[in-house]
Amino acid sequence: MVEPTLYELSSSGRRGFEYPEQDVPSTRLPEGLLRKDLPMPELSELDVVRHFTHLSRKNYSIDGGFYPLGSCTMKYNPRINEVVARLNGFARAHPLQPIETAQGSLVVMYMLQEALKEITGLAAVSLQPAAGAHGELVGVLIMRAYHLSRGDSKRTKILVPDSAHGTNPASSSMAGFEPVNIPSDARGNVDLEKLKEICDASTAGLMLTNPNTLGLFDEHVLEVIEIVHNAGGLVYGDGANLNALLGITRPGDLGFDILHINLHKTFSTPHGGGGPGSGPLAVAAHLADFLPDPLVGIVDPGDEETPPLYGFLHPSQSIGRIKSFHGHFGIIVRALTFILMQGAEGLKEVSEMAVLNANYLMALLKKDYHLPYDRDCMHEFVLEGVWPDAPDIHALDVAKRLMDYGLHPPTNYFPLIVNEALMIEPTESESKQTLDYFVDVMRKIAREAHEQPDLLHDAPHDTPVGRLDEVKAAKDLVLCCWRPEE
Amino acid sequence: MFIPHTDVERQEMLKAIGKKNTAELFNAIPEAFRYPKLELPDALSEMAALQQFSEWAEANNACNDMVCFLGAGAYNHYIPAAVDFLLQRGDFFTAYTPYQPEISQGTLQAIFEFQTLVANLTGMEAANASHYDGATAAAEACISAFHHFKGKRPKFVLSPLLNPQYVDTVKTYFGLLVDAQVVVPDAHKPQACIDAIDGQTALVLVQYPDFLGNIHDWSALVKSAHESGALVAFAANPIALGLLKAPAEFGADFVVGEGQPLGIPMSFGGPYLGYFATRKEFVRKISGRIVGETVDQTGRRGYVLTLTAREQHIRREKATSNICSNQALMALAATIYMSLRGKNGLRKVAELCYQKAHYAAAEIGKLKGFRLVNTQPFFHEFVIECPISVADINEHLLEHGIIGGYDLEETYPHMRNSMLLAVTEMNSKDEIDALVEVLAEVANG
Amino acid sequence: MNTPEYLKYAKTDEWVKVDGNIATIGISDFAQDQLSDVVFIEFNHEINDMVSVGDALATIESVKAAADVNCPISGKVLEINEGLTDIPETLNSDPYEKGWLYKIEMSSSAELNDLMDAAAYAAFCEGRH
Repeated sequence: MVEPTLYELSSSGRRGFEYPEQDVPSTRLPEGLLRKDLPMPELSELDVVRHFTHLSRKNYSIDGGFYPLGSCTMKYNPRINEVVARLNGFARAHPLQPIETAQGSLVVMYMLQEALKEITGLAAVSLQPAAGAHGELVGVLIMRAYHLSRGDSKRTKILVPDSAHGTNPASSSMAGFEPVNIPSDARGNVDLEKLKEICDASTAGLMLTNPNTLGLFDEHVLEVIEIVHNAGGLVYGDGANLNALLGITRPGDLGFDILHINLHKTFSTPHGGGGPGSGPLAVAAHLADFLPDPLVGIVDPGDEETPPLYGFLHPSQSIGRIKSFHGHFGIIVRALTFILMQGAEGLKEVSEMAVLNANYLMALLKKDYHLPYDRDCMHEFVLEGVWPDAPDIHALDVAKRLMDYGLHPPTNYFPLIVNEALMIEPTESESKQTLDYFVDVMRKIAREAHEQPDLLHDAPHDTPVGRLDEVKAAKDLVLCCWRPEE
Repeated sequence: MFIPHTDVERQEMLKAIGKKNTAELFNAIPEAFRYPKLELPDALSEMAALQQFSEWAEANNACNDMVCFLGAGAYNHYIPAAVDFLLQRGDFFTAYTPYQPEISQGTLQAIFEFQTLVANLTGMEAANASHYDGATAAAEACISAFHHFKGKRPKFVLSPLLNPQYVDTVKTYFGLLVDAQVVVPDAHKPQACIDAIDGQTALVLVQYPDFLGNIHDWSALVKSAHESGALVAFAANPIALGLLKAPAEFGADFVVGEGQPLGIPMSFGGPYLGYFATRKEFVRKISGRIVGETVDQTGRRGYVLTLTAREQHIRREKATSNICSNQALMALAATIYMSLRGKNGLRKVAELCYQKAHYAAAEIGKLKGFRLVNTQPFFHEFVIECPISVADINEHLLEHGIIGGYDLEETYPHMRNSMLLAVTEMNSKDEIDALVEVLAEVANG
Repeated sequence: MNTPEYLKYAKTDEWVKVDGNIATIGISDFAQDQLSDVVFIEFNHEINDMVSVGDALATIESVKAAADVNCPISGKVLEINEGLTDIPETLNSDPYEKGWLYKIEMSSSAELNDLMDAAAYAAFCEGRH
């Protein structure tokens, strides 16, 4: 059923929320600066509640089903996180109110910084970046600032593996660097020989995702890092895949200089339909002075009588401010709730189960789907969604058919180095029953691909809409449901 | 915690993959760095966690306990009860980015409606699915302008009365790009902004109302900018737009801003909501996700992410921005808020803010030792010059359960003893009178 | 895959038709197939502009990709097929005739030697997916 838009539901004169009467004397409104018309819809509260309730029912969600999206870490979003974030003391705090009146919020932020330092093995953390890509941009800006501070303005290139997420080269370009592609070898590791060739005095650094987007832990990670360091470059870690490493190893120990973390992936904060996220940035000691300003810290250590006073520090060589205020507190407090409830043992179990679940699926599916890199994976793995003897079927068709079985498709067409990729990440939240169901469905679809390909071509059949005309969307460009002239 | 596997199931799974234990799965990790001991507090049960976080929340004196007159970029507005109930529906908040549109029509239609409401509120032709916040939206406007002119116009003129955090953010984004030049004319000369525009200018960015609350008629500046071939972006307060002339009427090319006042809690600084509106001719130059309307193969109306070829996952290093996440859930909150308020409500809340602020300003202006600085019309924020330091006044106000205004000396060193006060529909006449009383005490004592 | 004999081809999938001193440029059938439905074209130059090999002459956008048209031959821009912006799908239906993008007055016809002939280009495309 098509749900009408707000404007289609609108009825002239209908009122929703009512305000209390104005209790102060009136003064004249500024003539010449007033708008004559406000073309907004007019709905009752029930109209609004029904409309959005209907919309919510058209969505797939983690609450509703399994989401094996590689690289996204669609784990369960605990309800306790939601309760904590909504505590009045947190929700109603103004970001600029005097620090003495916001010690609760500041302690939370400080504790998350400390926890992330411990988990990553790095020396300092900024909670300011709003999302992973934002954290990446900060990381790249720090690389530039660091080299310039050493008087080295020749480092203009950043090395990016061919399996990298698109944000990696995009962030590099945004900061004025030239991204240079590094190929992977047959086992999915960074090609060491090529790396040695390309790494030189023009290299600002390497952006490495480890485990990478194939779900594989680089078998030569220590050498890779050494090569870059020897050339005078820095190693940036894309922490999107941190869910495989909690309590298993620490990027800082391996030699990474900078790492961004996605709280909305690894640390259970909700995806919200596309955001908000939070992308804290962790750095090694020699880069701590470059972190964004402001940075949460202890401004007065206190003594036996008085507790420490938490507030804001200003790193001495800061790259500056990268957004308003100090970070996505609402997401930060949810992540800390998750970490404190897991503890060190719990976090290790998270990664162990995430990796076990992925290897389990991989072992069961590799008979029916081609597995380009056949070695133990970490928390995710990549299959090909094509068969030489079913030439009309593409990964897209497999993805759409999964929806008919009540499942969200895996990540499609990424990483680019695998043909017709299906990237699968189950996370630790999913039970054996769910995984077994997924395997059954995937096997069924593999059979259908060979015996009844039209079932895939015409899929999905049981969703609110079928396959949508994306060409029409891009050409007609209808971006609003209603505009005043209409 | 939150892990469903039983011991039996673990064994079955290990057997299926031919391993004796999970440790065998981590052989690729250098042995010296395997299984670090993490020094973290012992795990808390849900009950204990709630207890701990409640203690921390109570350690705050937030605006549930205190009366708030602080603004400067984040505002204490009333959030209708229905907003949060709808946001808490698991199908909204635990959903992923709508890359598979057939099973994400809820999110897609909501964002499409958000785009529409933002476009209509600002008077512009199109809007995107949101940015992280107002400051980064402003920076993205500069980036769009930079790419529009293909780097041939490297100069950005930022109004000195733009929120200082926006200025700092733009400077960070562009600071390390050798070719760009960010110019902020001297605060004392409003005309200096117009004088700074030339043939090298890509974009002029102004705020409406400005950081000190003033409402300017930016027509002359827009005309001048367009005559020089430069584009103009307005950073606009969305509540003010319920009352004031839309930026489109001045000729704005981009309108950006902070959507937090639209049903999003202050939450100590985030997550907030950057909105971004423009004309159709620029739609391919802007970053951020965009939802478009289309049909499926049976002709049913549906929505998809469109113009994705601009974005990082396709264009990679040639993308104009690296942005991936938007603030989808916050955009949903704003859409619900604007739907509940509607045409009448949005006008009403703006009027209440305006009238209460003017009442407060007038009453404070009558006090000996205090002076209302604003000469322009203002919206819901204004500047008062105080007889003693703002820090001392605010300390005094705190003792009376009031969070006072922003100390402008932090931003403009020449504005000593000057406080930026914000008044919203949440402040009753009694609260305003109480504020005036305490300020009077301060002047006398 | 269509690869007309009378054209020359660049590694980056542009074709060149030579007529005296004038080069007409477009994108190959292989390129349009890779892109799939073209929805938008943006020309980056104007008439009389001087362009060099490798310059981004235009940006072509489909629903799944956006690609630059790389200048295969240096010279002065004489004509631009602006009409394509209204009917971008022409690049898919007729990439070699109606889908031409630029006409350039060559400044160095020696550069034509760096381009492939039809057979070489067809073989080159075989190896790619």
